[in-house]
Amino acid sequence: MLSIDILLNAIVTGILLGSVYASLALGLGITFGILHIPNIAHPTLVVAGAFFVYTLTQWGLDPIVAALIGLVPFYLLGVVLYAFYSAVFERKGGANVLQSLTLFFGLSLVIEILLSLGFGSELKSVSVSYIGSSLKLGVLTVPYRLLIPALLAPVTIAAVWFYLSRTNSGTAIRAVAHEERALSIAGLNPASVKRHAFGIATATAVIAGAALIMVGPIEPFAGRYQIGRVFAIVVLAGMGSIPGSLVIAIIIGIAEALVSSYLNPSWSPGVAFAILLLGLALRPQGLFGAAR
Amino acid sequence: MRKNSLVFLAGIVIVLALGFLMPWLLRNPFYFFAGYVVLQYVTIATGWNILGGYAGYINFGAAGFFGAGVYLSAFLFTSFGLPLPLCILAAAIVGAILGVLMGYLTLRIQGVYFAIATLGLVVVLETIVHNISGLGGASGMAVYGPRPPAWSPGPSQYNFTVMVVIAVVSVALARWVEISWIGRGLRAVRASEDAAECSGVPTLRLKLVACALSGAVLAAAGAPYPFYTSFVEPVTAFSLIIGLNAIAMPLIGGTRTWVGPVIGALLLASVQQIATVTISSELNILFVGAVLIAFVAFAPGGISDLFGRKKGRARL
Amino acid sequence: MTEAVLSLKGVEKRFGSFRALGPVDLDVGAGERLGIIGPNGSGKTTLINCITGVYRPDSGSVFFEGRDISHLQAHKRARMGIARSFQIPRPFIGMTVFENLLVPLDYCHVEGSRHERARAVLASVGLSGRSSDPSEKLTQLELRKLELARALVGNPKVLIADEAMAGLSEEEIDEVLAILLALNRSGVAVIMIEHIMHAVMRFSERVVCFETGRLIAAGTSSEIAENPLVQKVYFGE
Ligand SMILES: Nc1ncnc2c1ncn2[C@@H]1O[C@H](COP(=O)(O)OP(=O)(O)OP(=O)(O)O)[C@@H](O)[C@H]1O
Ligand SMILES: [Mg+2]
Repeated sequence: MLSIDILLNAIVTGILLGSVYASLALGLGITFGILHIPNIAHPTLVVAGAFFVYTLTQWGLDPIVAALIGLVPFYLLGVVLYAFYSAVFERKGGANVLQSLTLFFGLSLVIEILLSLGFGSELKSVSVSYIGSSLKLGVLTVPYRLLIPALLAPVTIAAVWFYLSRTNSGTAIRAVAHEERALSIAGLNPASVKRHAFGIATATAVIAGAALIMVGPIEPFAGRYQIGRVFAIVVLAGMGSIPGSLVIAIIIGIAEALVSSYLNPSWSPGVAFAILLLGLALRPQGLFGAAR
Repeated sequence: MRKNSLVFLAGIVIVLALGFLMPWLLRNPFYFFAGYVVLQYVTIATGWNILGGYAGYINFGAAGFFGAGVYLSAFLFTSFGLPLPLCILAAAIVGAILGVLMGYLTLRIQGVYFAIATLGLVVVLETIVHNISGLGGASGMAVYGPRPPAWSPGPSQYNFTVMVVIAVVSVALARWVEISWIGRGLRAVRASEDAAECSGVPTLRLKLVACALSGAVLAAAGAPYPFYTSFVEPVTAFSLIIGLNAIAMPLIGGTRTWVGPVIGALLLASVQQIATVTISSELNILFVGAVLIAFVAFAPGGISDLFGRKKGRARL
Repeated sequence: MTEAVLSLKGVEKRFGSFRALGPVDLDVGAGERLGIIGPNGSGKTTLINCITGVYRPDSGSVFFEGRDISHLQAHKRARMGIARSFQIPRPFIGMTVFENLLVPLDYCHVEGSRHERARAVLASVGLSGRSSDPSEKLTQLELRKLELARALVGNPKVLIADEAMAGLSEEEIDEVLAILLALNRSGVAVIMIEHIMHAVMRFSERVVCFETGRLIAAGTSSEIAENPLVQKVYFGE
């Protein structure tokens, strides 16, 4: 049964899946990777983004257009979230990791429940003409519902990466975690830089959400199965390295696709966590920064 | 301190006596049905707090340990007819092993990674159970519990008494950890790991001990569950509300002492038991989630801190 | 100098590609009073972290009483008798002052009554009155004293005080100096890291100066004060 076609298809599917996962992890790469805020609610925000896109498509909008419209409200949502977070913690002389984890945990549950109260707990999907069929290249069969989102992801990632590395306000975001004092000397307010960064991170959630709901139907609690993936990606890529996250995401995608084709699709939710645990166990000093 | 221990011991004896006598005094089995759940949460909150409260390492995966206990006991009972006390013991041992494994893989880094890994534990265990047909897979399996012994009037009363014993043992264990050198070391870890190490505290080993004890209690809390519901399935065994309550109850009650989780669990679980009659389980989660956020944000010390501040008693 | 209780051979520590310390060779005699000076970021705290085991050096070895302890974990070194205070006080919050001292007493296997020992040490640093207060309520001076008390309660052979006097008034500095001198008279080697020159010069039998991770000068207080390299580091040309 180990035919080369299956292997090839699995690898291509894996690459495309990985690309979508990378867009899911993008926002977390900013909040956790750069700002060191353990925002475990990010996958839930992505699901919220998916439901936002779903709602607009019900009114006849294209999902990608819907995602672009969603950028603004999600940016603002992120700004509000950060304002709440910092009002609660940062004023008390730095956030306690455990408390902020708990806060985001509670937040993600509240968002999930609100989604499920608003939309019901059934699966929701979007249908657009261009994601119905499949692209056939020799032995390869690539469904457009996977290909289009997978192409969306690198574009978003490139845009964010360009913003962070080439613009002044992007540089300020990368600097804020390390050199808060230097930043305030330069006349920038660290709090507002972080708020802005959190806004951008949350805005990426709506794009990722559009990608996710295009790939397959979604339910309000779907975020739980993404947590392992997104954290594995951000942590193993080296915190805050956005190009690195694309590489790790694709590795995870391929691993999952192989497990799905050769073992059973029902095993695949565990794959990312296994990879994360293995990575953490093999390099206990952390996969980034200095060894102690 | 001696006096406190005597009072505690007297309290234990009274609670245990009530646990055995109540089934003969109260007619309505509903009390024991609801009481079981409240006590189950007292155990879960207490177990969670040994690691989360004393050492400051957040475990989001309480449902994973609980579910492991549920399935292990269901499996041992249906396959080998193991008596309930042995099922509980086996669950505790497996919970401890699971805890040490999790801890060993992630505790050498920072608390964040431990927390993230525990989030994954639930997903991984649920995936495994889904794929084992011997455990009923996604559709679950029926468990026909043992006939209750003569000293108990009925199955729900028997389960209740068993849960009373588990809860009492767990609370006593948590209290012992708290007042012993282990608890002092864990509190030092929570305050500053480097300072603890430099004071001679073997922080990694101590955290692993806490993981083991916490995991054992959480899994033991799940062991009688198959007999309580007569049916196990992955969704309820690894339920979201268990992981949420495990964190919310100690945080609401206060994480510094064994009293906090007990208060938090009694309060929150009772409210939930009363509310299930009137509101949906979704609103229940929404309520607990909102209360959790409110406490983390505005009263991180929990209820026992809000009221017990002035006493400032020295723990020696 | 008598035989070395603590001895560093070629110790080096990097953070990524940045070399924060070393290579350093340094001996500390039993019962010696050693001062360590150096500008901000010169690697003093990193040195302490390498000695106490908080950091693992990238190369080189640390010897304690002739034994190579480079691969021992920090708590093992603490139990052998290497104690330290932290530059930024790290009280065990959530515990009383008294209980803070019980932690090293519990884990460093001190003989005799732990409670009596804790009370005696609290008295010797002047914190008796605060014994049953929560440690988060202490003032800056009291926090520094608690750091020292927690370090010396376990009967160490070497005590390392990392800027134990920063931010204190002149009288308070004298108080802390008196505590350290009394400790040294009982035979404990004391390593004092300090920016307050007159204090470290008054206290130390020998002073070493670090700059960008390297030991650039060593000598008695007056030799160091005269040393052109040290003057250059501190006053420019
Ligand atoms: N954990 C770390 N990661 C990266 N760089 C570090 C770390 N700890 C220290 N450094 C760097 O190593 C250098 C030496 O720091 P160290 O704290 O040892 O200096 P110091 O002499 O104690 O300074 P001060 O007098 O200000 O306390 C500094 O440049 C510092 O930024
Ligand atoms: Mg320093």
